[in-house]
Amino acid sequence: MNTPATFGAHDEALAATSLLRFATAGSVDDGKSTLVGRLLHDSKSVLTDQLEAVEHASRSRGQEAPDLALLTDGLRAEREQGITIDVAYRYFATPRRRFILADTPGHVQYTRNMVTGASNAELAVVLVDARNGVVEQTRRHAAVAALLRVPHVVLAVNKMDLVDYDETVFAAIAEEFTRYAASLGVPEVTTIPISALVGDNVVTPSAHMDWYGGPTVLEHLETLAVTDDPSEDPARFPVQYVIRPQTPEHPDYRGYAGQIASGLLRVGQNVTVLPSGRTSAIEALDVLGQSVDVAWAPQSVTVLLTDDLDISRGDMIVPSDATVTASQDLTATVCHLHDTPLTPGARVLLKHTTRTVKAIVKEIPSRLTLDDLSQHPEPGSLVANDIGRVVLRTSEPLPVDAYADSRRTGSFLLIDPADGSTLTAGMAGDAFADAVGDAGGAEAERAGADDDGWDF
Amino acid sequence: MTTAITALEEKDNPYALSHLDALESEGVHIFREVAGEFERPVILFSGGKDSIVMLHLALKAFAPAPAPFALLHVDTGHNFPEVLDYRDRVVEQHGLRLHVASVQEFIDSGRLRERPDGTRNPLQTLPLLNAIDSNRFDAVFGGGRRDEEKARAKERVFSLRDEFGGWNPRRQRPELWQLYNGRHAPGEHVRVFPLSNWTELDVWQYIAREKIELPAIYYAHERTVFSRSGMWLAPGEWGGPGEDERVEERKVRYRTVGDMSCTGAVDSDADTIEKVIAEIAASRLTERGATRADDKISEAAMEDRKREGYF
Repeated sequence: MNTPATFGAHDEALAATSLLRFATAGSVDDGKSTLVGRLLHDSKSVLTDQLEAVEHASRSRGQEAPDLALLTDGLRAEREQGITIDVAYRYFATPRRRFILADTPGHVQYTRNMVTGASNAELAVVLVDARNGVVEQTRRHAAVAALLRVPHVVLAVNKMDLVDYDETVFAAIAEEFTRYAASLGVPEVTTIPISALVGDNVVTPSAHMDWYGGPTVLEHLETLAVTDDPSEDPARFPVQYVIRPQTPEHPDYRGYAGQIASGLLRVGQNVTVLPSGRTSAIEALDVLGQSVDVAWAPQSVTVLLTDDLDISRGDMIVPSDATVTASQDLTATVCHLHDTPLTPGARVLLKHTTRTVKAIVKEIPSRLTLDDLSQHPEPGSLVANDIGRVVLRTSEPLPVDAYADSRRTGSFLLIDPADGSTLTAGMAGDAFADAVGDAGGAEAERAGADDDGWDF
Repeated sequence: MTTAITALEEKDNPYALSHLDALESEGVHIFREVAGEFERPVILFSGGKDSIVMLHLALKAFAPAPAPFALLHVDTGHNFPEVLDYRDRVVEQHGLRLHVASVQEFIDSGRLRERPDGTRNPLQTLPLLNAIDSNRFDAVFGGGRRDEEKARAKERVFSLRDEFGGWNPRRQRPELWQLYNGRHAPGEHVRVFPLSNWTELDVWQYIAREKIELPAIYYAHERTVFSRSGMWLAPGEWGGPGEDERVEERKVRYRTVGDMSCTGAVDSDADTIEKVIAEIAASRLTERGATRADDKISEAAMEDRKREGYF
């Protein structure tokens, strides 16, 4: 008999701390390591022995100041070459919130890392140097955030101390970026003037910018409301595993275990199982030992149905009034991840939620340059870090949503059947959301695009 | 403060999950993915808090059925007796199947040689890989967390190991969304880390919330110890103390549990879980920095061990 209001409230002190996954994009030149270092340091997440190790390593490399990049560059090759190769995950907490930070290198050859980091992020921090403003790389970072449908974007205009804390410099950059992001369909941009080096507006408010009345970066991260109302999202439940104890206590128990991918499930709800199309109703919901009336994404639950149906891993349970249908034809925007190029005719495996099927790459109609959103028709292949459109045919019908409607059930991986490598990350449907606000202005922003063809 | 209003909204949102609920849900999802895609998964179980939390998640993920996994303990022969007792009790209580890979057996049969410094931590890799190979385990759950150590910060949730058990950090598969790729060739296996995104504090808060029993050595107690390399080590059959090392009685607890020869105790009065949580929240040292001699060897000590097939 749990309602959403009471479930999970058994320990109020712990329940008060929520989890925010966010990603940072930018290069060392933009001061990203300094920003990340300051967030970690000022939230007391860098401990004495870690700092000592960094200081020691910095000294042995002949550097005077501790190089905070050494905190995250964990691999020998990274330290030797002084570059970040891989996504680094950092963990820190304030009394209000626990944070998982995917720190991604910003250069073009690491687009795949940025895509990886953004895939699970609820917020992306894009960093620019106040002296340079919005540059090619900034536009690429905004495009990745838009493509991956990261719901919240923060533009941190760094090095404000080097432009005399000039409000007009900040305002011009903020306006240009916000307009560009809106043209990509990014629903919300928060712009913050900072100096990561001095500490202005990172954790504590700046004493140099009276004209700015908004939150510091950390305040914004701590207080942003990131949980949306799951009852407005399409309910999707991919079956992971069938629990059948077949014990004397539970001779007939048959529970479908999985993590709710989107939306909300309710006891009594009429449901359809895809791809079979069979129907039933939810008899009971179990959230890890607790019987409930309602459960929602991203809870891991066990669903019991009123009818004994033939359901196995890879099936998807949806409300009977859902509009999703299973199809063998799929058009998607992809980011190619592997060093072996993706070519038309390639036979691959496609992993979507809990189901893996065979697929053929039918066509690669276009490749997209993220810096200026220009399209290149018939590129012939996609190499690592390329973004492009792909038309696929699968061996079995899959209930794929548009990525715009559901990140979890609109995404998939392409896998090499020979050696199991992850080749490509895919997002079904249109690349970018419709431009927010003035459509004419958005059109003008897409300089270089051959036509409107990108929004299929 | 204007910001407090937004925070209240998130807190009052009936659908907001606590960080522990979110981490628990993610961990359970990982266990179920493995159960759905692998033939012979096994949980590495040391009797340490991280492996205890793993087992707890595995039991919750499949209830009311038993967890479809066996346990594997890599036994260095230098165990805390309290931890071995705990292990055997848990195995019996949940009707689990326990495999033991014994470092001592490998030394006795001449396949491994004792190191001059007496530590057996690096010696665990060979018995571990041998047990994986001979039992044909294809998925091996480890309790490693990315916040523990900088080489682990680059580790995937599903981490492919070649037929030599080796880890190649440059050839890791990108991991996006919650789509884990567990494809592997015969002879290869996948290490799976369900606690990747947990911190030490999360683990303790979860233990408190779920009222999980731990071996008593995690709480402050009187113990005979001696000082070596700035850590309090406990005397035992493993060989310590040396001739010029003086033993004394101190009130200590363990932040990690491993091989007795290289796992240090910390001075502590924290004899309840609430006190332990308060102590960790205030600590200025990481758990490995405070208690593991083997990680102090070099900047890349962990990366090197992992490449060889270590946990």
